[in-house]
Amino acid sequence: MKIKSLEDLEKIKEEGLKNLSGRQGKKRGRITVAMGTCGISAGAKDTLMTIIDELDKNGIDDIAVVQSGCMGLCEVEPTVEVQIGDQEPVIYGNVGIEEAKRIVKEHVIGGRILGDLLVKKSAQ
Amino acid sequence: MPLENTILICAGGGCISAGEISVKEALENEIKKYALDGVVKVVETGCMDACSLGPLMVIYPEGVFYQKLKPSDAKEIVEEHLLKGRVVQRLLYKGPSGEIKPRATEEIPFFTRQVRIATRNLGVIDPASIEEYIARDGYFALRKALSMTPEMVIEEIKKSGLRGRGGAGFPTGLKWELTRKSKSDEKYLICNADEGDPGAFMDRSMMEGDPHSLLEGMAIGGYAIGAHQGYIYVRAEYPLAIERLKIAIKQAREYGLLGKDIFGSGFDFDVDLRIGAGAFVCGEETALIQSVEGKRGQPVQKPPYPAQSGLWKKPTVINNVETLVDVPYIINKGWEAFASIGTEKSKGTKVFALVGKVNNTGLVEVPMGTTLRELIFDIGGGIPGGKRFKAVQTGGPSGGCIPEEYLDTPIDYESLTSLGTIMGSGGMIVMDEDTCMVDVARFFLQFTADESCGKCTPCREGTRKMLSILDKIVEGNGTMEDIERLETLAVTIKDTALCGLGQTAPNPVLSTLRYFRDEYEAHVKEKRCPAKSCKALIAYRIDPAKCTGCTACARACPTGAITGEVRKVHTIDQEKCIKCGSCFEVCRFDAVEKLDAVEVTADT
Repeated sequence: MKIKSLEDLEKIKEEGLKNLSGRQGKKRGRITVAMGTCGISAGAKDTLMTIIDELDKNGIDDIAVVQSGCMGLCEVEPTVEVQIGDQEPVIYGNVGIEEAKRIVKEHVIGGRILGDLLVKKSAQ
Repeated sequence: MPLENTILICAGGGCISAGEISVKEALENEIKKYALDGVVKVVETGCMDACSLGPLMVIYPEGVFYQKLKPSDAKEIVEEHLLKGRVVQRLLYKGPSGEIKPRATEEIPFFTRQVRIATRNLGVIDPASIEEYIARDGYFALRKALSMTPEMVIEEIKKSGLRGRGGAGFPTGLKWELTRKSKSDEKYLICNADEGDPGAFMDRSMMEGDPHSLLEGMAIGGYAIGAHQGYIYVRAEYPLAIERLKIAIKQAREYGLLGKDIFGSGFDFDVDLRIGAGAFVCGEETALIQSVEGKRGQPVQKPPYPAQSGLWKKPTVINNVETLVDVPYIINKGWEAFASIGTEKSKGTKVFALVGKVNNTGLVEVPMGTTLRELIFDIGGGIPGGKRFKAVQTGGPSGGCIPEEYLDTPIDYESLTSLGTIMGSGGMIVMDEDTCMVDVARFFLQFTADESCGKCTPCREGTRKMLSILDKIVEGNGTMEDIERLETLAVTIKDTALCGLGQTAPNPVLSTLRYFRDEYEAHVKEKRCPAKSCKALIAYRIDPAKCTGCTACARACPTGAITGEVRKVHTIDQEKCIKCGSCFEVCRFDAVEKLDAVEVTADT
């Protein structure tokens, strides 16, 4: 293809930018899905895919999605850690597909922590 | 599935020779093993500047900077960082005082103090991808230039204050204007990529890491002067630069960014490579033209200047790589953006290859007017091993040495000239207290004497003569008359040689005589080398009080000059000693002393 106009150039720039988006430095936040054996058997794979899909659907590309090993909370798997900006990271437990959708919608987009999914640090 | 990590691995010349390719292969194998190849992308980029830390990589989105990598580190990076999201601490950069810096480009002065114009894409894009170059606003400047008149383009460059980055600092806009005004059916633009100064690698890195910037700068220059053909004169010693330039030219032709009717403007421009055999004199523009024409690379008389009669007797512009790489930036951002950086007479930035006795060796781009002290101590991290700074050499074999008292001089064309050196193409060699300045002058003169083409007598005979005098001095056989003759020769060659090579060849001698005359005199009068570097003037001796008789020195000595029994004091036979310094390096008790030869002979 020959580039003949500014529009042609812009089009290639846009395609190229998608390639470069992964190396623009810091992201706004990150979501870590525990993918230990316990997490995976509790359905963490679906949780992970849901989070990625939901972020994609909402055009959010400044949140990194990372997998980790078991974080030692096997009884409340799948667990998801959300960290936005400089805030203290928050850990959610028993995150299934519906809960994952809520996390993206309410926490990532809305900025509200979901109290009912929160894993309490000390025993209840 | 979207990408989770992008790994940029530096594929500049320094990192490749440090083993980048095997690190990359090991990394890719590990990534495949864990089936991460769909979500992790490995990109080879151009030089990331911090050559002393190579092989190195940056992992995004976190921006974590790993350095001094080995293939065996790949497994840990994949398992810990990519799978578990844990940073591998031991591979991070540690500052001089041991503090850990995970995000080098944001936290280390070496990176944060730089202003990147000419190196804007180095270490960011894949040099083999024209799309990534375009994504960083590549070829937009060419499009913009083609919508202007050639005169407007020249005006923009003139107002930006851009001056030639190859040495003499001639205003680029003026050079273009003179060539534009020369009447001719054909004109040419040549990029001088015959980077030949010992220790300089700015142009190579830019061609390897961002070849399209050069092509775009050339096309804009071609349009401005009215040329339809450009040549890049690059030396055969730069195979990687040649390979990546070839790829870039092919891609640009496919997109119609080189060739006929670029952007439908009716302007035709194409670029071809001309490979030089690596003769230093071919960096001189008239010799370069001869070489491009297929003749023996020897300079010819100027005038006429290439702007009137250059390649095949047609008006020709010759610009250095960095100069042309700056052009798209100026057109894109406007002359004000460029002219707002720098000093009154030297605008913009300059790329230096910082090498020698400095902690952070590598490629550094700073605004004109940055002081030598900032460059060497803040960005370069100072002198290794707690040694004392002695001098910095700029401008390669055509330049000179600057001593400590001028460290606060802002770097620009005029200030360096007034110190007896030149900006040159950007080589910057730092020297510490162990460097003998007479020997440095001798080294550069040896280089120019070897590289002299032999056409004119002052350079052919004069440099040889100067070299033989310097040899005499470093061997301890010099006289005070030799120093005077050296000066007379230097001034004569400077005034009478045919081309820039000869005219500047005496500079290293003249500048060291200017600032370090006492060192010359110490060699001559006292037969002593103050830096204890000239072999003929030093001697090694073992201090009986410190020697433990460990035998390490005797085992290291290649000539069997050291004798002594185990646990008894060893001695060096001065007759057999070749002064290689092996014993000095291996001794763990500081028992081997490096002394002036005169002192040792006086003792015995």
